[in-house]
Amino acid sequence: MDLFEYQGKQLFADHGVPIQQGKVATTPQQAREIAAELIAAGKPGVVIKAQVKVGGRGKAGGVKLAGDPDEAEAKARRILGMDIKGHTVRSVLVAEDIDIAQEYYLSFLLDRADRTFLSMCSVEGGVEIEEVARTKPEALARIPVSPLAGVDAAKVAEIVAAGRLPEEARAGAAALAERLWDAFTAEDATLVEVNPLVLTGDGRVIALDAKVTLDDNAAFRHDWGQFADPGAADPLEARAKEKHLNYVKLDGQVGIIGNGAGLVMSTLDVVAYAGEEFGGVRPANFLDIGGGASAEVMANGLEIVLADPSVRSVLVNVFGGITSCDAVANGIVSAIGMLSAGGEQVNRPIVVRLDGNNAAEGRRILEEAEIPVVEQVGTMDDAARRAAELAATGA
Amino acid sequence: MAIFLTGESRIIVQGITGSEGRRHGARMIRAGTQVVGGTNPRKAGQTVELAETDVPVFGTVADAMDATDADVSVVFVPPAGTKDAVIEAVDAKIPLVIVITEGIPVHDTAQFWAYASAQGAATRIVGPNCPGIASPGKSNAGIIPADITSEGRIGLVSKSGTLTYQMMYELRDIGFSTAVGIGGDPIIGTTHIDCLRAFEADPETDAIVMIGEIGGDAEERAAAFIERNVAKPVVAYVAGFTAPEGKTMGHAGAIISGSAGTAQAKKEALEKVGVRVGKTPSETASLVREVMQAR
Repeated sequence: MDLFEYQGKQLFADHGVPIQQGKVATTPQQAREIAAELIAAGKPGVVIKAQVKVGGRGKAGGVKLAGDPDEAEAKARRILGMDIKGHTVRSVLVAEDIDIAQEYYLSFLLDRADRTFLSMCSVEGGVEIEEVARTKPEALARIPVSPLAGVDAAKVAEIVAAGRLPEEARAGAAALAERLWDAFTAEDATLVEVNPLVLTGDGRVIALDAKVTLDDNAAFRHDWGQFADPGAADPLEARAKEKHLNYVKLDGQVGIIGNGAGLVMSTLDVVAYAGEEFGGVRPANFLDIGGGASAEVMANGLEIVLADPSVRSVLVNVFGGITSCDAVANGIVSAIGMLSAGGEQVNRPIVVRLDGNNAAEGRRILEEAEIPVVEQVGTMDDAARRAAELAATGA
Repeated sequence: MAIFLTGESRIIVQGITGSEGRRHGARMIRAGTQVVGGTNPRKAGQTVELAETDVPVFGTVADAMDATDADVSVVFVPPAGTKDAVIEAVDAKIPLVIVITEGIPVHDTAQFWAYASAQGAATRIVGPNCPGIASPGKSNAGIIPADITSEGRIGLVSKSGTLTYQMMYELRDIGFSTAVGIGGDPIIGTTHIDCLRAFEADPETDAIVMIGEIGGDAEERAAAFIERNVAKPVVAYVAGFTAPEGKTMGHAGAIISGSAGTAQAKKEALEKVGVRVGKTPSETASLVREVMQAR
C-alpha cells in the first residue's frame, strides 16, 4: 500500500524524523486557514502540494508557493480537482516554505534480488532518482543493510559518506537516517524514500517529501485503517474488496474468473492473444477466487464480473487440484442459481473450462444442469478463443 | 533420485494440529509420504490421527528430530508465528524447511532468511507462500495434488501454484522427477537457479520446465545461469504479459532489479540463451513433449 505524502510525513514524524511542518486540506478554505496558522507562527510563506500517489507533481503544476492566506486559497483552488497522470487531486498539503540550501536523496527499501534491505543515498537530490541512476550511477550509493544487524550510528555514517553528502550535512542526515530506519522497520515498510532530503539555510536537515510503501501482509499487526483510500479504487474493485475477492479492473470485454494468481494471469494473456483474431478483444478484469473455489465465492465472483457493463462474455478457467472439478461444477451451478434467485440477470455467455481432478464428473454436472448461457470448452486455449469470439460477435 | 525430496525423506509438519496442517498432513500420508511427526508446543506428547495413522506431536522441531530422525519440515504455522517457526527449524539444523504459509510480512521473511544464511545456510528453505515439493511416486511435501500426474523424468520449477498443477497435469503421461513450487513472494529461499542446478545434477531428470511470472529479475538471472551451467534442455513459460503494472513496485524497486520486470523482458532474456519459451501453458507443454520425444 502506497501512502500519500502527508501520511508518510506523519509516519516519519511519529518516529522522530524531522519533517517540513504542514497540514492536509481538502478545500481551498481549509488551505487558507492552515496557511494563516503557519504564517502567524512566523513561517515566511507556504507551499501548496497536490496529494497524489504519482511522481512529477511539480512539472504538472501541482506544487505552488503562496505568500499569504489569500494566495494559498487561490492556489489550492487551482490544484484541487486537477488531473495529474490520471490521478485526481482530492487533497493538498499546505506546508511551511523552506529556505533550501541543498537537496539530497535518501531511502531504505527491500532489495528483492539480494534478499536483503538496502539504503540508497545521493548528493543529487530533488530530481528523478531513476534519472540519476541512469545518467550518473556513480552518484547513487547503494549500501546493503542486514535485516538482523539493522542500522546503528556507524552504519548511517557510512551511508551518508557513501552518498557523498557534504560535511556540513552529514551529522544531521545521519541522525535523520537512523530515525528513518526506525520508521522503516517499525512500520513494516518496503520503501521509505526522502527526495529531496534538504539542508536548510540555517543548517538543519529535514525531509521535504515522503514516499512510503507499506507491506500489506503486515496489516494484521498495525492499525492502517486511517490510510484507506476509498476514493482511489474503482467502484467494482471496492465492492470486490468488501467480499474479500482479489479483483483488478482492466479495460477489455472478456470477464475472467480463475483459481490461483499465476493461472489467472496466464488466462489474461491467452485471452489477449486469442482476441487479436477478433479485432483486439481483451480481458476485462483479473479475478482470482483462490484454490477452494466454493459456490459462494464463485457466486460473488460472477456477480462482480457481470456488474461490469463492458463485459460481453465470461471465461471461467479452473484447474481442479485439491478441490476437485465436481465440487467446482456444483459451485458454478449453484452460483448461477443464487444470482438468478437474487434477481441478477445472468444473460451474457459464460465459457467454462474445467481441468484436473475429476474433470469428467465436473463436466457431466455442468452438462446436465443445462444452463443456457453456459458453454463448456475442453482446453484453456480453445476456451479463451471461444470467449473472445463471443465477446466480439455477441453470439 | 529426484531433487530435495525422495522416498526416504522423513517429514514433520510444523503446525500439525491446525486445520491446514491436519488436512494436508493427511493428504501427504495418502500420497505415500513418510510423515513421522509434527510440532505444537502446547500439545507435546499427544498424537493426531491423520489418514488412519497416529502421528506423534512434539514440542519442538529439535525434539521431533531426536525422536524420529526427520530431515524435512513442512510449515503450516499462521503468518504471525511463521518467522519463529522457521528460526526454530534452522536452529535444529533440519536440512530442508518448506514454508507453505501465505501472507508473511516481508520483514519477517527477510529476517529468517538472513538468520538462516548467518548459520551457514545448513538448512535449505523453500518458499514461503509456495505449494511445496512433489516427487511423484516417492514423496509429497506441501499442498501439490498428488494424483494429477505421474513419475517421470521432467523436472519442474515454478513461482506459481495452479500453473504448476496445470503443467503437471498436461504432461502427466510423460511424468515428473520432481516439481518444486518456489513461491512468488518478494523474498524466497530456494530460487529458480538453485533448482536448475539441482536438476542439472540429477541423473533422473532429462529436461527442465521453468515457470515464471512478472516482477523482480529472477528469470533474467536464471537465464544467465542456464547459459553457463545447464546442458539439459530447458523450456520456459512466463505469465503476465497483459497484467497491469504492479502497484507495489516503487520507483526505487525498479532501479534495484535492473530490469523493468516485465514478462517480455524475461522472455527475451531466456530466448537469448536458447531456452524455448511457450506463448501459452499448452504450447509450453507441447515444447516439452517435443524435447522429451527427441531424446
